[in-house]
Amino acid sequence: MEKSNCEEVPPFTIEQFFRFLKEKKLMAAKCTNCGKLHLPPKPICSNCYSKELSWIQLETKGQLLTYTIIHIAPEQFQKNIPYAYGIIELKNGLRIPGIIKDTEHEKLKVGTELEVDFETEPSPNWPQWPRYYFKPHISTQ
Amino acid sequence: MKGKPIAAIVSAGLSKFGKLENYAGRELFAEAVYEAFERCPKIDPKKDIKAIFVGMMSESFEHQGHIAPMLSDWAGLLPAPAIRTEIACASSAAALRTGIFSLLSGIYDVVLVGGLEKMTKRSTVETTEILGMAADYPFEQWNGITFPGLFALMATAHMHKYGTTEQQMGLIAVKNHHNGALNPKAHMQKEVTLETVMASRTVAKPLKLYDCSLISDGASCVILTKLEIAKRFCDNPVYIIGSGHGSDTLSLYQRESLTSIKATRNAAKEAYNMADLKPEDIDVAEVHDCFTIAELIAYEDLGFCPPGEGGKFIEKGTPTLEGDLPVNTSGGLKAKGHPVGATGTAQVYEIYLQLTEQAEKRQINGCKIGLTQNLGGSGASSIVHIFRRG
Repeated sequence: MEKSNCEEVPPFTIEQFFRFLKEKKLMAAKCTNCGKLHLPPKPICSNCYSKELSWIQLETKGQLLTYTIIHIAPEQFQKNIPYAYGIIELKNGLRIPGIIKDTEHEKLKVGTELEVDFETEPSPNWPQWPRYYFKPHISTQ
Repeated sequence: MKGKPIAAIVSAGLSKFGKLENYAGRELFAEAVYEAFERCPKIDPKKDIKAIFVGMMSESFEHQGHIAPMLSDWAGLLPAPAIRTEIACASSAAALRTGIFSLLSGIYDVVLVGGLEKMTKRSTVETTEILGMAADYPFEQWNGITFPGLFALMATAHMHKYGTTEQQMGLIAVKNHHNGALNPKAHMQKEVTLETVMASRTVAKPLKLYDCSLISDGASCVILTKLEIAKRFCDNPVYIIGSGHGSDTLSLYQRESLTSIKATRNAAKEAYNMADLKPEDIDVAEVHDCFTIAELIAYEDLGFCPPGEGGKFIEKGTPTLEGDLPVNTSGGLKAKGHPVGATGTAQVYEIYLQLTEQAEKRQINGCKIGLTQNLGGSGASSIVHIFRRG
């Protein structure tokens, strides 16, 4: 999963995280000095102060750690209420939060298998980032 | 410094809390300051107050920045210099701690610390958005979380890990409304039943309307002096004997635990250590019940009960007015109200009343040691103070 560390390495910034997201890639920064994974990425490792970093592409599947169903939301999410929101833990232990779509709220529980669903059209509103969501993971054996 | 007081409180003031349509934030602050001077006639406002430290969370509510000098003006304290502190809902506990630093540095001998927020002129949707700014923008706000949502995530995790129930959280709302009904300055002065709490509409599952604190207007303040001069102003000062502050990641999802707030544990450790006291020494506490689950977790993080036993702690009635460790005698954020920037020093106001036997119907007789815990955001900031009767 390591991305080759060639000359033109994109900066380890939040803006770049969202650029990758538009390409349907969930990316984190890995400190090559201490091994710490950063999601969101940080240009300087907050664990060891190293600037030696590399991008890694993350698995998009994980388990639901905790969740809620939101009924009162700010203006931009009014159209979605009620919506499920959770924190999922990816296979490598990194966590990521977001809205869970396409699921029956009553059936959600801690441990539910979910996967990331990418929205490739950035929002027209400031700051014009694409969003990601979670959806149930249907295993195809 | 162990066990030795670090500052004295010689007076405190609190505005009415509530939906106060006719009042701006600065006017409520002036009301709180007026009460503090009324309680302590030996203070000469124009001569004695050397500086002001004041907490407010957001400029967005009143579209007003640069509030500190304006508050010095409205409180009649110009040319006393004023500084605003901000760590979301813990902004006025931060003002208190900054005020203590200013006394310990030797720069000032008497300072006024406080906080305010004027929230109710905004709609609930606007307020949800403004309060949401205390969460991480790209990774929490942008993808749809709200403050009730963040605490709901902790509640679900706590229920899953320890078997905590919605009823146990509901009992905290019932207790705090009972206490608030005895507080003439509380936003909501009415009792509620567990049935009402359980039947109220969902805000963010499993949290219901009655699990959430109130959106309120209000202001609070405390007058601090150096130890040596406290008795010049009053006969029964309250001493601050412990102060602790913890910080953690702004985002909830990045924290070590979803069922405990590390910033509170670190702040409590620092404060207990400074005061040379243990959790069992506390007689009365005001803790940050922005949501019922936050108070339940605070019982555990402050060491009032072991991790996972917050639900049993409320079921046994220990934190009620009649219990061994009354918590939120004021009604808490739940019933007294939560004008966010005012909350930290409003908690201190209640402990000041308790330790000086002025809490009237909610007085805990003979209490000697009090504690306050004020949380910022979903737990990226937490401040704990410990107080002793003079």
